Amino acid sequence: MLRFLLRRLLVAVPTLFLVITVAFFMMRAAPGSPFVNERQLTPQVEAAVMAKFGMDKPLHEQYFNYLAGVVKGDFGPSLKYRDKSVLDILHDNYKVSLILGGVSILLAAIIGLSLGVIAALRQNRVADYLTMGVAILGVCIPTFVTAPLLVLVFASRLGWLPTAGWNGGALANLVLPITVLALPQIAIISRLTRAGMIEVLRSNYIRTARAKGLPESLIVRKHALRAAILPLVSYLGPAAAGLLTGSLVVEKIFNLPGLGKFFVISALQRDYTVVMGMVIVYALLILVLNLIADMLYAALDPRVKLS
Amino acid sequence: MIPGSPQRADLLERAVKGRSLWDDARRRLFANKAAVAGMIVLAVMVLAAIVGPFLVPFHYDTVTKPDVWVGPGVRGHLLGTDSLGRDLLSRLLAGLGVSLAIGVVATSVSLLIGVLWGAVAGYIGGRVDEIMMRVVDTLYSLPFIFFVILLMVTFGRNIFLIFLAIGAVEWLTMSRIVRGQTLSLKNKEFIEAARAAGLGSRQIILKHIVPNLLGPVVVYVTLTIPAIIIAESFLSFLGLGVQPPMASLGTLIAGGAQDMEIAPWLLVFPSLTMVITLMAFNFIGDGLRDALDPKDR
Repeated sequence: MLRFLLRRLLVAVPTLFLVITVAFFMMRAAPGSPFVNERQLTPQVEAAVMAKFGMDKPLHEQYFNYLAGVVKGDFGPSLKYRDKSVLDILHDNYKVSLILGGVSILLAAIIGLSLGVIAALRQNRVADYLTMGVAILGVCIPTFVTAPLLVLVFASRLGWLPTAGWNGGALANLVLPITVLALPQIAIISRLTRAGMIEVLRSNYIRTARAKGLPESLIVRKHALRAAILPLVSYLGPAAAGLLTGSLVVEKIFNLPGLGKFFVISALQRDYTVVMGMVIVYALLILVLNLIADMLYAALDPRVKLS
Repeated sequence: MIPGSPQRADLLERAVKGRSLWDDARRRLFANKAAVAGMIVLAVMVLAAIVGPFLVPFHYDTVTKPDVWVGPGVRGHLLGTDSLGRDLLSRLLAGLGVSLAIGVVATSVSLLIGVLWGAVAGYIGGRVDEIMMRVVDTLYSLPFIFFVILLMVTFGRNIFLIFLAIGAVEWLTMSRIVRGQTLSLKNKEFIEAARAAGLGSRQIILKHIVPNLLGPVVVYVTLTIPAIIIAESFLSFLGLGVQPPMASLGTLIAGGAQDMEIAPWLLVFPSLTMVITLMAFNFIGDGLRDALDPKDR
């Protein structure tokens, strides 16, 4: 196990390095600069600003300087927000995304898993058709449709919940965004679970367990579920990474100060260092979550050997 | 029985007429009610998007001053009008066409890149495979929106570049699926036979590997088109997609969301159209998967 972990971490380093390199040069190849749009700078002032951020040096030198900084854990200063480092900005904004993403993926996993199991056990009966009908709707209705419709009904018309805003993370403000984020995930997870469960329940070892006379609830919980959630495990990694780095649409509609919104603004303003910081965080999350998924896989499926 | 006798010819004929894998799949697909319904709905949508704009009495960006925010069914506007008095039905038909076109074109781009990339990596294997798949891993670890914004600012907001940008990002999953399939195909006897017959790698990949990948690829395509329609709408929602006065389902929904307090129909009808379109694709995709992968019947 430990050797597997070390090996995977060693493989992750070059991937991360490649991600940083590709992102760095792609961004610099795009036209525009972080210092336009503001008051027209005189050439002297612009040169001074460029020098201050080390952007007067040749591109490859900037790249190596940036890499050296990242290795030491220094992501540099923001080019747009004076006196703030990239780490400050990440630190100020990660909480919203963490709460929204974390709670919605957790909720989605619990609800989706239960619905999927119920549907599989009642295959081709009313409960199955009902959950799968709802699940198909959930897959087909994108967040930018559910979000405004829910706001229209529950905030504007009924007035039960606030229309938008963070309000220090008050529960009432969280209900709608979390619901919108969790719904499609519930749909996907319940479909995956149902499909896995149906396949597993037909397998020989389940028949053996039944023949031994084990109670059905024990078979489902101990024997079937473990194998049935394998496809789910590999789905959850990237899905969680996407949700944790922020869902742009939800942050925009509900006007929440999360990472996703910040990312788009920074990319449009060419705040190079901030964008790079976000890209690295996203890539790290994907790598780590995939690693966790692989380890879970091995823990759940005795046939998989980590080596 | 003598070889070449009429009976034998008859037997042979019947043997040749046996059901192929694709015949079976077609039969199963058409027996699936949800998939057939999806195909009919989709055909209607495509027809409406192509012919519809010529049948409605309004043009999609004609501004009619007195008819601002007219409700559905009033003064000849079947679905009402928006804040500039533009007819929603004609905008919806135009937007549906744009969204479907983006879906098809971007999917074709991702299909072309993904299939070739995956087939080459899987067939050649070894070092080449490792490098090609490392490229895919790297691109996977970059956020989708990052590419799109950079492509957008580099090439300007041209609708054809939106097609290309989305397609150029969506090929990653396709290449992984294709590579997996290729790995399982390449040790089969018929590939060995082709190699023994003296065919080069290029010929084998294009003539023998790619045609045999069709099943999983077709299924994935029917799931990619809706994913791309959603991606385009998502960009339009952030103000990065189709530019006005052009419309797509995404821009219509985004605009409708802004005006939903005054004119809820502007949100409801485009949303409904989008959901129905996506559902049609999903039903077809599910039906195709069941039809081509019969182990789960």
